[in-house]
Amino acid sequence: MTTTLKQIGAFSSPPRVGLFVTCLVDAMRPSVGFATLKLLRDAGCRVEVPDAQTCCGQPAFNSGDTADAAVLARHFIETFEGYDYVVAPSGSCVGMTRAHYAEALADDPAWAERARRLGERTYELMSFLVDVMHFAPADVKLDTSFTYHDSCSGLRELGVHDQPRALLDKVSGLTLKPLEGNDVCCGFGGTFCVKYPAISNAVVGEKADAIDRSGASLLLGGDLGCLMNMAGKLKRKGSSVRSFHAAEVLAGMAGGPAIGEER
Amino acid sequence: MQEATMSFKARAKEALADPTLKIAIDRTTGTAERKRAVAMTQFPQFEAARERGKRIKDHVIANLDHYLLEFERNAIASGAKVHWARTAEEASQIVVRLCKEAGAKRVTRVKSMLGEEIGLPHALDEAGIERVETDLAEHIVQLGGDRPSHIVWPSMHRTREQVSEMFKRLHRAPHQEETIEAMVDSARRELRDKFLTADVAISGANFLVADTGATCTVTNEGNAELTTTPPRVHIVTAGIEKLVPSTEHALLLLRLLVRSATGADVTQYTTFHCGPKQTGDRDGPEEFHIVLVDNGRTRMLREGMKEMLRCIRCGACMNHCVVFRQLGGHVYGGTYPGPMGAVLTPVFDGLESSRDLPHACTMNGKCQEVCPVAIPLPTLLRGWRDRSWREGLEPATVRFGLGIHTFVASRPRLYRLGTAIAIRVMRLFSRGGLVKGMPGLGAWTAYREFPAPAKRTFMEMYKDQEKGQ
Repeated sequence: MTTTLKQIGAFSSPPRVGLFVTCLVDAMRPSVGFATLKLLRDAGCRVEVPDAQTCCGQPAFNSGDTADAAVLARHFIETFEGYDYVVAPSGSCVGMTRAHYAEALADDPAWAERARRLGERTYELMSFLVDVMHFAPADVKLDTSFTYHDSCSGLRELGVHDQPRALLDKVSGLTLKPLEGNDVCCGFGGTFCVKYPAISNAVVGEKADAIDRSGASLLLGGDLGCLMNMAGKLKRKGSSVRSFHAAEVLAGMAGGPAIGEER
Repeated sequence: MQEATMSFKARAKEALADPTLKIAIDRTTGTAERKRAVAMTQFPQFEAARERGKRIKDHVIANLDHYLLEFERNAIASGAKVHWARTAEEASQIVVRLCKEAGAKRVTRVKSMLGEEIGLPHALDEAGIERVETDLAEHIVQLGGDRPSHIVWPSMHRTREQVSEMFKRLHRAPHQEETIEAMVDSARRELRDKFLTADVAISGANFLVADTGATCTVTNEGNAELTTTPPRVHIVTAGIEKLVPSTEHALLLLRLLVRSATGADVTQYTTFHCGPKQTGDRDGPEEFHIVLVDNGRTRMLREGMKEMLRCIRCGACMNHCVVFRQLGGHVYGGTYPGPMGAVLTPVFDGLESSRDLPHACTMNGKCQEVCPVAIPLPTLLRGWRDRSWREGLEPATVRFGLGIHTFVASRPRLYRLGTAIAIRVMRLFSRGGLVKGMPGLGAWTAYREFPAPAKRTFMEMYKDQEKGQ
């Protein structure tokens, strides 16, 4: 329903968006957070970054620690439920809130209902920009080629596939080189990559080879965890492909060092 | 528990270090994936069929008592003898007893994962009954003295070059050429007289048809028909979840099964067995036994895993699993490998010895996407992780780490401080944009670079910007 609100002029004032930066972006790559902030503002949102935000609880949930996941889910809900929308530059964290909070809070129907209601207003960045705000970047130029990896949570839990491509298509000078197995997992899997590092390595090794074969200069994606995994492997094998979060390119902020480059 | 953890990882390490195994896995699963993808483009009603298939299985599982009794009644009316087995041991003992009562010296077997599940090959060998595997891939497994590594292609772990060498070494009248036809001929010469001289045939069933009492097998080699026709006795072993209300339902599920498994429209042979030879029949067994096996299935129903009972054993989940495609099937350690095996093995073998299986998964969801009966495999795997956590099977380090993480992450100021300190420590180990040699990051940095964090966190920088405005 929300997709048509802007079209019919239902936003009497700009939507108030709570930006969930995600723990990885906060700690590892703040530029993705600033790019997200810029894109949301360019799209006409009033963006706030609530100070109480921490972690969505996915590491605990996927480790089977449902009780701890529920603690962090409640914290997330309390932090963000006052906003019109919650947006994060990650399909994985948003998948956790939209698809799994209700499961983590299943023992508590009142909280599960709050989780469900907030989940409906929580979006992965690319899908929010396209599906809700009908936004397209203007005057962004980058003369190079890129290939795109579809991170699994965004793709399968949220249906994020066309949106990043539609947005990146608007960047002048930028051409897409298809990635063989673009929808195949990169082997990150959150804690999986350190619990089963040898298996994870075999998976990301094949991914890195496919990225190299694409012939693209840049690897783009929408999830920093997957990107750090792939960029780390590309670096280790001596590939010249540079990795960025798609938000950095869309915000015209891909001029600096790529993931894993000196800054 | 520690030993089990070690052994899964040790097995995985061994598999990862075997380049020939990787070639074998890629050939089989790669072909299966490509053929399925083509089949799907020619099957526009797939989503509708999948929804119907799911509903059929859910309906049967919700009314299992009704359909089991209907099936038993109709099977008995057709002249079959029906046996009930609660456990794997009971099931294999019933089969061995029936073989002994038939005075069997030699039995021929049609590939059946249920047979593997109940330990039938071992039980027959123990009883001193000669067991002849008639499925070509199972024949290869038997010659190699190992176990199936895939539920559709049991000898997937061997390349055709390895098989050719094995046939030359072990067949009585081996082929001299390297062609696939010559190898098949060699296997045919090896097996033909055994087909004709077996005392008992043992098969599984892809479907149990409640309203006729028939059992249905599908094969591409015709070995099921040749196995079950000459011997005097035919024994079918089947899990109780194989029930369908009618032949029509079996055929709908068959469309899903075959396309998902091999990408073909239909199997070469689809045979319905309904009771023993009747007066006027030219062939067929004199005795027809059906062993209905529970072995944990009713427990799955009780313990929140009823969706798994929809499984029609097509193997699509493993063909599309990034972990299976690196490891193959043996590493999983149970009868069933891949995502479906990671859900089922803890049911059969207990969680304590198999807790790695539900954890060794990236939760990428591809298996659920390709499943022809839409089993929520990642959710079921997470269910095992949840249970493993509650039963205290998770390592103390993980429990401690996540406990600390939750304590800190539910206190924003402490969390901000912790993050700010953590990135500064990481930067002490950073050179050229990468974190090098930092204690605790070894699992990552042994295989790939760890990108260095920025000088300050997003929140630190954002707050400064806000103040400046």
